[in-house]
Amino acid sequence: MEIFNHDSNIPFLGMRKYSIAIALFLMIASIVMLVVKPLNYALDFTGGVSMVMDYDQSVEISDVRAALEKGGFDHALVQSLGGTREVSIRMQPKDDQKAVDANGKVNLDLIASDVLKTLQVSRPDAKLKSRELVTAEVGAELKSDGTVAAVFVILGIMAYLWIRFERRFAIAAVATEIHDVLVTLGILALTQREFDMTVLASVLAVIGYSINDKVVVFDRIRELFRLARKAEPEEILNRSINNTLSRTIITSLFTAITMGALYFFGGSAVHGFAVTMLIGIVVGTLSSIFVASPILLWLGVSKKDLMPVTKENSELARRP
Amino acid sequence: MSDFPRWKYALVALVMLFGVIYALPNAFRPLLAVQVTANRDAPPIDQSLQQKVQAALTSKNIAASAVAVEGDHLLATFTNSDVQKSGADVIKAALGDGYTVAFKLQSNVPAWLRAIGARSMPLGLDLQGGVHFLMQVDQNDAIDKQENSYADDIRTLLRQKNIRYESVTRNTVREQGIAVILRSPEDRSTAADAIANEYTDLNVANGANTGDRFVLNVVIKPEKLRELSRSAITQNLGTLRNRINALGVSEPLIQQQGDSRIVVELAGVQDPTEAKKLIGAVATLQYRPGIGQAGDAQAQEAARTGSIPPDANLYRMRGSNLPVLVSKQIIVTGNQLVDASSGIDQQSGTPKVDVTLNAAGAKKMGDFTNANVGKPMAVVYVEQVYETKVVDGKEVRVPKVTETVINDASIASPFSKQFQTTGLGSPKEASDLALLLKGGALAAPMDIVEEGVIGASLGQDNIDKGFKAVMLGLALVLLAAAVYYKLFGLVADIALFFNLVILLAVMSLIGVTLTMPGVAGIVLTLGMAIDANVLICERVREELRNGSTPHAAIRAGYEKAWSTILDANVTHLIAALALTTMGTGAIKGFGVTLMIGILTSLFTSVTLTHAFTALIHGHRKLKTLSV
Repeated sequence: MEIFNHDSNIPFLGMRKYSIAIALFLMIASIVMLVVKPLNYALDFTGGVSMVMDYDQSVEISDVRAALEKGGFDHALVQSLGGTREVSIRMQPKDDQKAVDANGKVNLDLIASDVLKTLQVSRPDAKLKSRELVTAEVGAELKSDGTVAAVFVILGIMAYLWIRFERRFAIAAVATEIHDVLVTLGILALTQREFDMTVLASVLAVIGYSINDKVVVFDRIRELFRLARKAEPEEILNRSINNTLSRTIITSLFTAITMGALYFFGGSAVHGFAVTMLIGIVVGTLSSIFVASPILLWLGVSKKDLMPVTKENSELARRP
Repeated sequence: MSDFPRWKYALVALVMLFGVIYALPNAFRPLLAVQVTANRDAPPIDQSLQQKVQAALTSKNIAASAVAVEGDHLLATFTNSDVQKSGADVIKAALGDGYTVAFKLQSNVPAWLRAIGARSMPLGLDLQGGVHFLMQVDQNDAIDKQENSYADDIRTLLRQKNIRYESVTRNTVREQGIAVILRSPEDRSTAADAIANEYTDLNVANGANTGDRFVLNVVIKPEKLRELSRSAITQNLGTLRNRINALGVSEPLIQQQGDSRIVVELAGVQDPTEAKKLIGAVATLQYRPGIGQAGDAQAQEAARTGSIPPDANLYRMRGSNLPVLVSKQIIVTGNQLVDASSGIDQQSGTPKVDVTLNAAGAKKMGDFTNANVGKPMAVVYVEQVYETKVVDGKEVRVPKVTETVINDASIASPFSKQFQTTGLGSPKEASDLALLLKGGALAAPMDIVEEGVIGASLGQDNIDKGFKAVMLGLALVLLAAAVYYKLFGLVADIALFFNLVILLAVMSLIGVTLTMPGVAGIVLTLGMAIDANVLICERVREELRNGSTPHAAIRAGYEKAWSTILDANVTHLIAALALTTMGTGAIKGFGVTLMIGILTSLFTSVTLTHAFTALIHGHRKLKTLSV
């Protein structure tokens, strides 16, 4: 079975002015979005108290909110955790003055029991399923750790491509990677999906995923340059994208299928992860096709840059 | 086409076998059990205890699947967590204080699997419920103590060496060291030599002079400071372990995280109050003159009648619970103790504990022991636990103090700064005593910075959902690959299935704790592992279109795809590696899973499928390929 016409020769490079313009626009829009509407950081980052409540019968989020406001918890954030019986409640410890002692130490158990009592006034079937306290300090550290990890990934990949391919490939890949991460974060900011620790892990995994796609195209570019007698860069780049198009899309589909399964069956704990990964797959796939190669072309890649095949490389390539 | 060497077939078969065997333990669900262990002074676990437990359970109509003695402990297994909980309550009530009763997930893996080291993956708290704490250790406290102690020591040293000094003061800023002010340049150089010779952990430098004040700056060497911070953590870890063991949780996880944090995870516990109380406990030590021996007639008499001499306290020995009389006079407190370590005494061959005191403590200890050779000296362990009580409708924290005697020994000869306690029962007793001595004196204060309670039902929910997601993700990809690439797709399916098996096997063997992010990592690995096969299949198709014969197409497909697969996986591996460097447990678990998954998929998608493809197509003459 084949979905793609293997003789296809879509002029992807021909539309490079438009595709790059769109990519640039998306990046700027994402930055603006991140500034105007910052990421909806979860407890892991902001610090605070979070509880998961379980009801025997289904419950309306608005009712939970109303019950909490009645009990004096005005700033509590209530969210459904998929289904109608489970809700998550997030708040800052200062919303429950009694539970914070003079040294700023927070009594999580007291807050949890206060909230539970408040909810049970109107709904006796409410049950406390889990509770968590994170101090702001730990949250801030996670943010900086995450940034360091992202920079480490991007630099590591750049170094590898620089050695295995050539400077221009490394720069093109990293520029596209930054585009992918920014746009993914921009979409998360736009939709105001909760940004928690698993989403951070997912964003880092998106980097790993989308670099895969780029490397496959780059590999083909290198191969075609070496084979071709008369190498017209634009033509070679375009042919490489077309040759690998079927693989790019099939792999994305397969990965998207598994992430769909994770989203629909994995439960609320991995929702954020699956959604972020799905966004990343779409963004990464599109940028592999439309963005990475035009950058490479502009950087002026040519046959002679890739020619002297080192001995190690040819040996590596021969292994099965 | 038989360019696929025979040893590679063997390797593939071996790896598949390895995967199946070492992944197998995960198929055996652990049993919910209650574990009973005897405390030191209680009678050991035997058949009579087993009957007692059995009888207690039967009388309360609680059905246990089994009650059996296993070595030094007793295990009662139950069918569900509710029965397990009520079972534990009944057993606790029936046995009293002499025994520790704890929840346990008892491995159900057959003995032959365990014999070859196969075991199931430990589950994270999000998969089995429990409480977790993240604690920040205040290492500065340890540094403060050490700097103060050195200031003391320097004063004593200068006095001993008859070097006149104006003052020895610790800088108010931490890690800025101690300023020693002397009266002449000659004194200063002798003092500098003396200090540098005596204390190798100190850096000594001349400071600015003002008039006839000659300043010597003494700072603790950076290596020593680092070691201090490190040992503050290690000591706290040890102390926490000891305290949490008393809680009776089986297999608690107590680990260092980052430079200054300790993470504690107690699976199966739903009420964190007891644990928090222990973590917040403050313990100190007091060396005090003993009166008589533990359990002698005078002490027994005092315990029976309650008439205690006015200058004494009646305490109990830790462990044996014998009454002992101890004088109210305090010789040295734990604050003056610098170090305690356990070892074996060279002369007697018995376990011992070496104790080092600071200068002030050493002087007092010297004065006392000189006058009291042959008399007993007791170590009193004072533990202060804060309990929350409701008084007049308000919650107040009330300290509850428990005092026990952890050691009672005769003074063999006078000593001061360094001394040892010998004749301890076992190396374990010695290390426990050393830990207690240090725990009381040196443990840096800790703050809880993160805390969570995960309900047991939430854990079971997550297991079910995670399992469903993995199975469904796998099934869908298997189906899609088979439809799209036909026979080659089926071969890729075999590889993908074995990738999951081998991934689980490696994770189990290393002992990676499985968490929900880890499950997400497994699912993601499944989706991405197929990529290598997509690359190979697309290549083979391409070669066929270019007019290659089927055998040549397979060979070229694998050869040409390899370098792409390698590059793609190495870059992916770099990303996974970065994830594992993140300190946080959840992300780390995901990163480790991803990393192992990339490595196993490299083998299964390339070598394993190649073996199967070669096996299927072999030497047969082929007209077409089913790809």
